[in-house]
Amino acid sequence: MRTDLAVIGAGPAGIAAALAAARRGIRVALVDAAQGPGGQYFRQPAPGLRAEGAAPRHGRRTWARLRDALAASTVDVRPEHHVWCVERESGGLTVHALLGPEQRESVELRADAVLLATGGYETVLPFPGWTLPGVVTAGGAQAMLKGHLVTPGHTVVVAGTGPLLLPVATGLAAAGVRVAALVESTDPARLPRHARALAGKLPEAAGYAARLLRHRVPVLTRHTVVRAHGEGRLTGVTVAALDARGRVRPGTERLLPCDALAVGDGMLPHTDLAQTLGCRLDGHAVAVDAEQRTDVPGVWAAGEATGIGGAALALAEGHIAGRSIADRLRGTTPDADAWLPAARARARGRTAAAALHALHSPPAHRGDGVPDDTVICRCEEVTAGAVREALTLGAGDTRTVKLLTRAGMGWCQGRMCAPGVAAVTGCPPAPARRPFARPVPLGVLAAQYDRTAPPDDRPRPEEGPS
Amino acid sequence: MKTPDGADTGSAARRTCAFEVTFDGRQVEALPGRTVAAVLWAAGITSWRTTRDGGRPRGVFCGIGVCFDCLVTVNGRPNQRACLVPARPGDDIRTQEGTGHED
Repeated sequence: MRTDLAVIGAGPAGIAAALAAARRGIRVALVDAAQGPGGQYFRQPAPGLRAEGAAPRHGRRTWARLRDALAASTVDVRPEHHVWCVERESGGLTVHALLGPEQRESVELRADAVLLATGGYETVLPFPGWTLPGVVTAGGAQAMLKGHLVTPGHTVVVAGTGPLLLPVATGLAAAGVRVAALVESTDPARLPRHARALAGKLPEAAGYAARLLRHRVPVLTRHTVVRAHGEGRLTGVTVAALDARGRVRPGTERLLPCDALAVGDGMLPHTDLAQTLGCRLDGHAVAVDAEQRTDVPGVWAAGEATGIGGAALALAEGHIAGRSIADRLRGTTPDADAWLPAARARARGRTAAAALHALHSPPAHRGDGVPDDTVICRCEEVTAGAVREALTLGAGDTRTVKLLTRAGMGWCQGRMCAPGVAAVTGCPPAPARRPFARPVPLGVLAAQYDRTAPPDDRPRPEEGPS
Repeated sequence: MKTPDGADTGSAARRTCAFEVTFDGRQVEALPGRTVAAVLWAAGITSWRTTRDGGRPRGVFCGIGVCFDCLVTVNGRPNQRACLVPARPGDDIRTQEGTGHED
């Protein structure tokens, strides 16, 4: 199949871009791994649950507007497309996606332009007991509640740092879960120095504060979870106060009984597709210009992929990208004045995002306090002790630690353990290079090398191992 | 539905089109549109895999298909991400031990 623009990711950025481009006559395919558009922020309950009002829904009015606009548009929405690679070839770009929950069959989509709106994923720094069932990421608890109306337990502690913890705690409380505490490692005394940049976020924050009060959720700032307890599943967490340097204050530990912990220490952008295409990164994020163009011709990026900043920023970036793509595909130079309101919203969003990032950096020295027997790499079951041993053997970067210990070689390809390895080793975290953005059956890969053969002669994907 | 462990806030949709699946041989009620992980959480089940080396229990961690901690065997096929795979009537869901293959 061929289209003008393939948008990868149907969250706020992808939808905004698809709509902006389609309104200007561009043929758009909007592909996403989920069963419907919305991304994580606008995640909707599964249709079969018919649960109007039961799940937390963010930006309800914005979502209704986007959903209706999508339905009325020419955008070709393609759910259950798990994109594993985007290739640049003569005459355009080829998007490779595995289909449906089975993910055994791959399809190709050819496009003149690609927008990477791949979003982000949550990071959690390791602590003893973080692999126990009942310990989930804050975003994971949110996704399960929004999409499926289920919670990981009846008494939940929400912990870590960052703006995501507020909607997670209030969402769980509103769903009838007892939120035993909201444990935020940031010191609120640091807030005033960012007050100006965050002025636009204050009404939202005040709303969350009111809801926390209404649900009687105790808030512990400058605290952290030091240990999760349980055999086979979570029975409680020990929390402790932090000093000004981010170290645990001895003697402040206390046990909070709970059967679930929703924990998150921030987010990282999904950059695998961009890296395989050769796009330049800026730190962990895809580098883009004022039009949201990457440095690879035909490839744009918007939303969390270009830096974690939330839905409002993603909408603005997506809109700008969609308009730029529409102009560029026609061979005209865009007039940036035409999207001035979106550019202003983007500037405000980036200022606020930078302030939130500075405010919510996880405690320094967090890695020092991780005991040797704590698992760091969840997939390969590599402990902090093994990672430290790699350092004594001479490893000077996280890649060498990986080669010596297998930390980062498992199913998740280091997405979960990279921040933990960086914290324990003190090595700077570096974005890993992953040629494929997700696991691909060998049969699908084999078929790629035999494109000239008639389809009947190609290896059948379902014959590949799973 | 309230259960000792997980919790289910989707009671409005219950009994209208619920169906049965099994988890390690025992019957579990499922609602359409829910993933295997959501069905198991609603039934109070939070672990369905043991790790390859330590034999430690695991369940949902990231909830969005990134971490692969929630791998499970569904209808004889191991290594399915429970947080992504929709439950279907009659699914035979089993705890995955290690790789899920006979090593």
